[in-house]
Amino acid sequence: MPQTPAVTFSAVTRHFGPVKAVDGVDLTVAEGAFFAMLGPSGSGKTTCLRLISGFERPDHGAIHIFGQDVSAVPPHLRNVNTVFQDYALFPHLSVLDNVAYGLMVKGMGKAQRLPKAEAMLDVVKLADYGARKPAQLSGGQRQRVALARALVNEPKVLLLDEPLGALDLKLREAMQDELKALQRRLGLTFIFVTHDQGEALSMADSLAVFDKGKIAQIGTPAQVYTQPATRFVADFVGSSNLLPPALTQALGGPAQWASLRPEALRLADSGPISGVVQSHRYLGTGTRISLTLHGTDLAAFLPAGSPVPAEGSRVTLTFAPEALHLLGDAP
Amino acid sequence: MSPAIFAATTIASRLTGVFWRRPKLLLGLLLAPPLLWLGMIYLGSLAALLVQSFYSFDDFSGLVVPQFTLTTYAKLASPANLSIILRTLLMALAVTLASAIIAFPVAYYAARYARGRWKAVFYLGVMLPLWSSYLVKVYAFKLILAKEGIVTWAASATHTDWLLNAALALPFVGGASLSSSYLGTFIVFCYVWLPYMILPMQAAIERVPLGLLEASSDLGATARQTFWTVTLPLALPGVIAGSIFTFSLTLGDYIIPQIIGTSASFIGMAVYQLQGTAGNVPLAAAFAVIPILIMLVYLTLARKAGAFDAL
Amino acid sequence: MPFNASRGLKVAAAAGLAFLHLPIVLIFLYAFTTEERSFAFPPPGLTTQWFAVAWARSDIWPPLILSLQVALFSTLIALILGTLISAAMAGAKFWGRESLSLLVVLPIALPGVVTGIALRSAIPILHLDFSWITIVLGHATFCIVIVYNNAVARLRRLSGAILEASADLGANAFQTFRYVLLPNLGTALLAGGMLAFALSFDEVIVTTFTAGTGAASKTLPIWMLDELIRPRQRPVTNVVAIVVFATTFLPILAAYYLTRDTAQAAVAQK
Repeated sequence: MPQTPAVTFSAVTRHFGPVKAVDGVDLTVAEGAFFAMLGPSGSGKTTCLRLISGFERPDHGAIHIFGQDVSAVPPHLRNVNTVFQDYALFPHLSVLDNVAYGLMVKGMGKAQRLPKAEAMLDVVKLADYGARKPAQLSGGQRQRVALARALVNEPKVLLLDEPLGALDLKLREAMQDELKALQRRLGLTFIFVTHDQGEALSMADSLAVFDKGKIAQIGTPAQVYTQPATRFVADFVGSSNLLPPALTQALGGPAQWASLRPEALRLADSGPISGVVQSHRYLGTGTRISLTLHGTDLAAFLPAGSPVPAEGSRVTLTFAPEALHLLGDAP
Repeated sequence: MSPAIFAATTIASRLTGVFWRRPKLLLGLLLAPPLLWLGMIYLGSLAALLVQSFYSFDDFSGLVVPQFTLTTYAKLASPANLSIILRTLLMALAVTLASAIIAFPVAYYAARYARGRWKAVFYLGVMLPLWSSYLVKVYAFKLILAKEGIVTWAASATHTDWLLNAALALPFVGGASLSSSYLGTFIVFCYVWLPYMILPMQAAIERVPLGLLEASSDLGATARQTFWTVTLPLALPGVIAGSIFTFSLTLGDYIIPQIIGTSASFIGMAVYQLQGTAGNVPLAAAFAVIPILIMLVYLTLARKAGAFDAL
Repeated sequence: MPFNASRGLKVAAAAGLAFLHLPIVLIFLYAFTTEERSFAFPPPGLTTQWFAVAWARSDIWPPLILSLQVALFSTLIALILGTLISAAMAGAKFWGRESLSLLVVLPIALPGVVTGIALRSAIPILHLDFSWITIVLGHATFCIVIVYNNAVARLRRLSGAILEASADLGANAFQTFRYVLLPNLGTALLAGGMLAFALSFDEVIVTTFTAGTGAASKTLPIWMLDELIRPRQRPVTNVVAIVVFATTFLPILAAYYLTRDTAQAAVAQK
């Protein structure tokens, strides 16, 4: 028997005046998935998250949470919790009371809810911070409180709105690992919104790439990265060489848009690509060189250890035929 | 296993669902009482005022004639009444300008230099006179400006009587004593409305980022140039916000010119006397329409200048 | 950029502050003068007798009690209506939001005499008699904005998402109001109420239009105005002025302390 999906969208549309923030989205998030909604700002990903939590209502289409239609269910009755972008901690309550808030409004007495909140603070490694006010915490600590405040309610789905956006790089990487480990341990469904493709690729089991209110592609990180469906996805996820139909044809493919990842290109004695190196950029793990072919800029990533041609020198590049990935866009 | 959807068990919970499905309902419920109050009592009164200004007053019977006419507005345009309007406007303008000039150093110092304890002293030092009793303040100046009062005493003690006498001998603004001259009225208006100018000004100056001033001096501007080209233009919304108060309050005041000054009439006094002793409500209403029109124009301009953020 | 104020600026700022406060000091001084017919300076002698005289004057007590009563009821109405508007403004954006905030500000943006004459001309149309209730009608109208302004200033500093966070965690609208909105707005509303009380207690311009003519609707400021125009025992007026000053001063000070934290937090954020 197939499992009931955690969340499904069926042709969901949400307008803001003339703007279609979400435009006919179909989506299925499996139970226990770590699902990412990726896209630039204004692409509709945050609105989708707010449609699940109930802060927005769809103009058309239906949303189901664990099989139940939620079109008439207000946010406070949805067993779904959110980690907000700016955390939205209650400034007048202590950290412990912040975490216990959800239990308190559901009518749980002090004697029961405070130990539960303390236990959850322990899970996010803030056991000694319960008496503080949110203003006395650092950004990373506030983020953990927001997480504990949501998780203590044992939600069926946890929504995270750019949860790591306000943290610095080091802390962000540490939190990525922690979130991932936490999700595995609890077996919860996580849906998180981000504009950072690296974060989405490294954390998610599957992801949806949003473009102008529509989903451009859904798949595993590997699928989305290696087989982008459109020019938008190829360009937004990782970096890619976008080849116009004429160039694809010149490189031995059909007259269609195609993408070619920079790391798929390698130096060779003979090959279809030949040009003058215009610049290179040292990236630590390797060097990125750029050249122009039939008016299109191409980038190639040469791993550390391979010889680096000088700027101005002529090079020949080759690639495996299967690396040339055809895109769905109309020629 | 916990459910994905909770049941609404209480009335409060169910009502929340109703509010969520019909957001306008909650908004309507919240806004109905204040809108009824402000709409019925305040806007209704203003409408009644406007209607009455189109009625006329029969001088012989002393009764209001409830028929639409423009004769009341024609009476408003008589030279005597026009001079009242002009006098009030000039006073409001002078008071606004003078308040802005006196307020600026206080606001500038409080915003830029006062720190910690001094910041609180400045804030309270302006807040308290702002909110403390209007009549007490007017009364204080009746004491100060009286012929036998402290100003006369201080002038003779410092041998500056000549200065006071010269000021009182000025044509038009002077008079027998400060408490019976336009000069006195002007001083009291400035005093009473000054805090209304300082606070928005201070807020606006505080909003000028220090980085901008540093950038300006970094680009080679002198302190004076920075002040005139950066600080002042950026503080202008605060000045305009403050002037809304000083202008409006001066336009409508009838107590200060009644207690300190010549017996010449101002718009506020005219409104008060016409409706009171004479019972000529139509003409009083027509008089009151003038500050409304002036303030509506003023508020529209101020809104365009972004002064509402500084309020 | 000069980091130390110039001497000229310091002197001008100090002079401005002194100009605001010295007149009030004089009110206190003249309450002790032995001269009761003029305002001669310096006072020829000092006495404390006027406080006893004022206490014994039977024409002062009824206006004082009336003013307190009017201020109390006006503040109460302003608190309820101001809180409702703030709660509506705390929620989503809606059509007419701008116009509403203009409507709330209008009673203090327009000169008091306009509000006064407007109410004066409308009250007979509504077939109301002039009484202390009509005074409250006027006072509450311009006190709403005081409560509202305080609340809105606080709302601006709050993260808008905390109301959503509360609903997200399972709170219904009433719980969100009780546990999140009210605690965060509470001191701002209280401060607004204090200021509204102070404003109502010494309002005179609108009051003269909405009060009846009888002694029963004579507020303390109207009593003072009468004394200013037709003085009797001048130092007694000073004593009453001190009482009025103190009655408005204490709520203002309390309002300052209630909102000080947020004021300082705003300073710290810069």
